[in-house]
Amino acid sequence: MLSLRVNGKAYNLDVEPETPLLWVIRDTIGLTGTKFGCGMALCGACTVHLNGKPVRSCVTRVSQAAGQEITTIEGLSADAQHPAQIAWREGDVPECGYCQSGQIMAAAACSRRIPTRPTPIFNGKSPTFAAAVRICVSVRRSTAQLNLQPNGDELTGGSDDSHSRNESQGIRSNDLRRWWGISARPLIS
Amino acid sequence: MIAPDDTVTIRVGQSEMGQGVITSCAKMVAEELECDWSKVRAEYVSVNRHFRENKVYKRLTTTSSSSVRLGRPYLQQAGASARERLMAAAAQTWGVPRSELTVKDGVITHTPTRRTLRYGQVAQKAAAIKLPAEPKIKTPDQYTLLKKPTKLLDVPPKVDGSATYGIDVRVPGMLYAAVKASPVFKGKLKSYNADAVKNRPGVHSVVEFSGDEIEAGVAVVADSYWHARTALDALPIEWDEGMHGNDTSEGFFKSSRAALDEPGAKVVTKKGDPEALLENAPQVVEAIYEVPYLDHVVMEPFNCTAQVTPERVDLWVGSQEPEGATIDASKITGVPVKNIYLHNCFLGGGFGRRGNQDDVRQAVAIAKQLEGRPVKVIWSREETTRHGYYRPMRVSRFRAALGPDGMPAAWTTRVVGLDENYPGDEQVLRGLHKLPYFVPNQLFDYHLRKTHVPTGPWTSVGRSQNEFFLETFVDELAHAAGQDPYHYRRALLEANAEFPFAKSWTQVLGAVVEKSGWGKQLPAGTGMGIAIGDSRRLTRTEITICAVVATVAVSKKGEVRVERLDVAVDTGPFLVNPLAAERQVEMQVAMGLAAVLRQEITIEKGRVVQGNFDTYPLLRPSEIPEINVYFVRATDDPIAGIGEEVVGWVAPAVCNAIFAVTGKRIRSLPLKRHDLSWV
Repeated sequence: MLSLRVNGKAYNLDVEPETPLLWVIRDTIGLTGTKFGCGMALCGACTVHLNGKPVRSCVTRVSQAAGQEITTIEGLSADAQHPAQIAWREGDVPECGYCQSGQIMAAAACSRRIPTRPTPIFNGKSPTFAAAVRICVSVRRSTAQLNLQPNGDELTGGSDDSHSRNESQGIRSNDLRRWWGISARPLIS
Repeated sequence: MIAPDDTVTIRVGQSEMGQGVITSCAKMVAEELECDWSKVRAEYVSVNRHFRENKVYKRLTTTSSSSVRLGRPYLQQAGASARERLMAAAAQTWGVPRSELTVKDGVITHTPTRRTLRYGQVAQKAAAIKLPAEPKIKTPDQYTLLKKPTKLLDVPPKVDGSATYGIDVRVPGMLYAAVKASPVFKGKLKSYNADAVKNRPGVHSVVEFSGDEIEAGVAVVADSYWHARTALDALPIEWDEGMHGNDTSEGFFKSSRAALDEPGAKVVTKKGDPEALLENAPQVVEAIYEVPYLDHVVMEPFNCTAQVTPERVDLWVGSQEPEGATIDASKITGVPVKNIYLHNCFLGGGFGRRGNQDDVRQAVAIAKQLEGRPVKVIWSREETTRHGYYRPMRVSRFRAALGPDGMPAAWTTRVVGLDENYPGDEQVLRGLHKLPYFVPNQLFDYHLRKTHVPTGPWTSVGRSQNEFFLETFVDELAHAAGQDPYHYRRALLEANAEFPFAKSWTQVLGAVVEKSGWGKQLPAGTGMGIAIGDSRRLTRTEITICAVVATVAVSKKGEVRVERLDVAVDTGPFLVNPLAAERQVEMQVAMGLAAVLRQEITIEKGRVVQGNFDTYPLLRPSEIPEINVYFVRATDDPIAGIGEEVVGWVAPAVCNAIFAVTGKRIRSLPLKRHDLSWV
């Protein structure tokens, strides 16, 4: 038996410890908002939060997540009112929408100031894991949407003070750009 | 369907895969219905009812940019009929003539007395009313809802995780299956050792599948996908590779190139005697172009959930062809179509791939062996990539003799297509069957050959290959003639008296030239390329004119950065939803660019080499250029559509820009195969 906390709810599950968290979330618990895209941490469709940090659940063993706080798209906010979700709606960001849960979770993680940086594997420096791959330009619409918000860098609600207690309400679009590797547009080789 | 609270539910026969079709279809009904748009909901039609009631929903296919082009007349008619029945019900209720009633936002007003009734109040009565004659539908100049940008109805469920894609379906008692089909296409399953995995946790059974248009293979069925998948990975399997185990795409290219020297098996166009002119011409331009197989890369890995009993079949899947899928399921099971229930879902991408029904046929073949238990079949990403219906690879040779004015006096085109399945010859011809440019002597012939590799429609169907050839070659001619590529095209269009759309073309071309700043001074290492076309097909009259200017930087080491793409598109008299149209253009730019930069499906030992996104990369967010979309009204008839009318011109525009910087002509794709360094 393995204990898991997902979206604030406790589960005792009979699963093998090496099972990817993704399939436990989808098949065992039945939360299907988190998507299977590649199984290799390449596309980001499976992104969830582990203690507030974004992880690719398709390559995270469930045993690594035991006893920690897991948040999926379904638990990101009550009534889908997280600033990222509002921005995504206002900008009509999704197209086919399949990977959008993961992209929203990635954006939402950038709104948290503790710890602000994505874990090294996702920091945009490794060529393989540089960023989620895209078939559409939803990412461009989401960043455009963030830029449209007042106060330039802030999506909404948060203050520029990095120690603000309201930090989880503001998305720093620079963090998001860094996550997506957009800030410096590299030459393609 | 109108509820007492005035909620209007519009059932849509087309499949939502990100193109905004449920919103567009609902709008076409609502335009006539005159209901309150904020109360409109959209849902899929019942595919089963469609079969039971003599195809009551007309068309359930979602391909060929056809949803607006073919759906608009009958969807408008449905809305107009419903409106008139509601008006008749109100007229009956009040005992007044219909002519004294007006309606706005679902509120009917009796003008003389100012009395009002809401749609929800008269809907039940209206349901029993039969109209003596069908009302006339609006013409585009009368539209009030269409033409305006409308937020998309499918966005809210896509930001909270509640949207149900095929892969998300959960049915009581459901099993899961992981599948492996013959790695070499058209191979056979020789043997497998089920005993090796049957005692693994959760494993239910190991079943084979094969049949008409089903790639032979084996499935492990288990209580969860992960149990099925890991057991499948551990399952010893031996394949009979058949006669194609040594085939390679390089070999296909080689034989295609050789075929270029044989006169084309079929001649499409012959005007004058271009070959004689070419032999004696002082200036001849010749080029051979090649493009690879491409995969569609749907973000949602292939899947289908099926339940087969002797009496009834249920299918849960995101399908572009629910009608065809139902018919296929009926053939495999012997269950009549009226007892087949296909529950269509959101599609995580389509691009033509999800209209082949191979997912459905395979899942039905597996479910048939499970004694009535439902099973969700999920393909791995690798399986999804390696068992596609690919964009056909293609080779072509173009030759032109330039006159003293630099204009082509003779032109020959020969194409060698390696296609099957869809739609035979036409895909090879599209775009090349009528030259928009004035050339007095022409020859266009082709060969159509087959390999064992399955091919099918890929967004734009034929043009992503042919337009790359054609618009690159015209650019080569302009360069050989020492003329500006824009002015050269313009002159060739204006000279073509036989081309009815020459004026419209120059208008769209002019728009993109002006907006992109064509001809302006650019930083060193940056250049512009241009391309234009109109999506003409042999089998329809409608077109969509699109022109693209790409601004591209290339470092001296040969690294490419696509800075900006300016896209001008003809709208005709209206766009049903400009917001959706703009997104469609942007999506095609991203799709086209990914293909230009790095994508190719190659075949070695008879099978596909690429598997996941590491070997078949999509566009990275950092590579998305600035995209500017300009809608231009250049024609008076409704356009062909906008779902696939842009992608074909991304490659030639980008490659022509690369030539402008480097002087290197790109005659094969993708770019990653080329050394683009320059001095």
